[in-house]
Amino acid sequence: MMNPKTQNKVAIGTLYGVAGLVVLILLALLGYILVSGLPQLSWHFLTAPAKAFLKGGGVGVQLYNSFYLLILAMLISFPIALGAAIYLYEYAKDNWVTTTIRTAIEILSSLPSVVVGLFGFLFFVVKLRLGFSILSGAFALTFFNLPLLTRSIEDSLRTIDTTQREGGLALGLSRWEAVTRVILPAAVPSILTGVILSAGRVFGEAAALIYTAGQSAPALDFTDWNPFNISSPLNPMRPAETLAVHIWKINSEGIMPDAKAISSGSSAVLVLAILLFNFAARYLGKRLYKRLTSA
Amino acid sequence: MFLSNDVQGNTEMLERHIVQPADAEHPTILSTEDLHVYYGKKEAISEGDLRFASNQITALIGPSGSGKSTFLRSLNRMNDRIATVTGRIMYRGVDINQPSIDVYEMRRRVGMVFQRPNPFAKSIYDNIAFALRLRGTTDKHELDEIVETSLKQAALWNQVKDDLNKSALALSGGQAQRLCIARAIAVKPDILLLDEPASALDPVSTSQLEDTLLELKQNYSIIIVTHNMQQAGRISEYTAFFNQGRVLEYDTTSHIFTNPQVQITSDYVSGNFG
Repeated sequence: MMNPKTQNKVAIGTLYGVAGLVVLILLALLGYILVSGLPQLSWHFLTAPAKAFLKGGGVGVQLYNSFYLLILAMLISFPIALGAAIYLYEYAKDNWVTTTIRTAIEILSSLPSVVVGLFGFLFFVVKLRLGFSILSGAFALTFFNLPLLTRSIEDSLRTIDTTQREGGLALGLSRWEAVTRVILPAAVPSILTGVILSAGRVFGEAAALIYTAGQSAPALDFTDWNPFNISSPLNPMRPAETLAVHIWKINSEGIMPDAKAISSGSSAVLVLAILLFNFAARYLGKRLYKRLTSA
Repeated sequence: MFLSNDVQGNTEMLERHIVQPADAEHPTILSTEDLHVYYGKKEAISEGDLRFASNQITALIGPSGSGKSTFLRSLNRMNDRIATVTGRIMYRGVDINQPSIDVYEMRRRVGMVFQRPNPFAKSIYDNIAFALRLRGTTDKHELDEIVETSLKQAALWNQVKDDLNKSALALSGGQAQRLCIARAIAVKPDILLLDEPASALDPVSTSQLEDTLLELKQNYSIIIVTHNMQQAGRISEYTAFFNQGRVLEYDTTSHIFTNPQVQITSDYVSGNFG
């Protein structure tokens, strides 16, 4: 038997070791992606359309598609997830119905994204005849995103002490007012963190999109903002290859001479975009929290 | 007129001793009749019929789990959805324990302050003003005035008058609890229910809080649950002793503390159990 002091030292040492290993792996991965990808980046690379056979294509359309799909998917999934989370945590009684809902959410959240993609293909693309389109992709991403987002918003609501809720009720607020005026403002930073994390997942998702949003990126006319025109960036019915799908595609069947470079560059862009998104959203979250709570 | 329903227990001491307040200057503002509270099948309150005098402080004392908090929370129906409350709770001649009562409106008349200070994650000003705004008070001058009066009544104005737009979460425990009192009285209730409001506070804050309550009873009827018997002795006119879901003794505070009629009360107030 070790004495408690040595035991404690060994435990702390092991934990430091494990934590250090995780950090090291992450840094190595990030470093590799950035070192091999950053040199490829240029304004031209970020804005030019891709080329199928020739050198010097860019990822402009894919980058735009990624953001557009992300925004659409979030616009659809956030209100649903918020409503479901509020219902589950604030209103639903603990009985077999809510237990079933929670179990279903848990199972859905561990569904492989390629299965979500195939479901999206059969249901949205084929059955609902939406074709390979941004809309199909956004719906598939919604299915992919909803369970985790619901869970994370519910967890955010749970972090707000019940005494806050009771404080609101004791002032004569209705339950709905207590939720919307007291609980939600206080939960904003935590909810936002959940949204950011799921946005990162959605932004980097490829498998769910291959069969729904498609693998082709028709050239876009960025001067045409009429959503009914086929070349308009806003048109939700056009096929839209995203950055993540692009990386997958050029690595599996890219025939342009600079496929490797484009893949590295795209990966770096993907990682940077997610980082940027994280920081921006965190900053916004703090600002929003300050405005809502004058903290 | 004394309403007494003593039940003979053993030879020297009574088993129950209930003397409802009867003071013409402080008529009953709230009373419970045939009140029972159940958590599921378990009965948490089986005998708890009390009358509360207006503009007085009534203390509810008793060991942990005796049902005093459950009783208090039933009075403004904070136990809705948590427990089943049967019987009548008469407030100014109206039974507020019935489904047709607008419970949200009722809670504005019967305010509550909780054990742990629970200021909202808002500015000090908004903690007080936002419930008023929700009910249609939007005039800036009027709101300013209510915020100032409430904070003054809660003896917090001088400490925070320059920081009204700062977050309430930065206040100390004692200040936060007084903000919660200010918030509760801003909606102009008749009755203030306090559930061990000083249990999370240091002695200095506790003493300030007690002074505040003594001031407040001029305008509000106060019912306070407390674990601290000195506190009950210092501030209350009436005291009810709860044990195992029953009110065993109810009388003026001085009677309860100097001449208890029930053995368990006597043991409890002299510190022999509880």
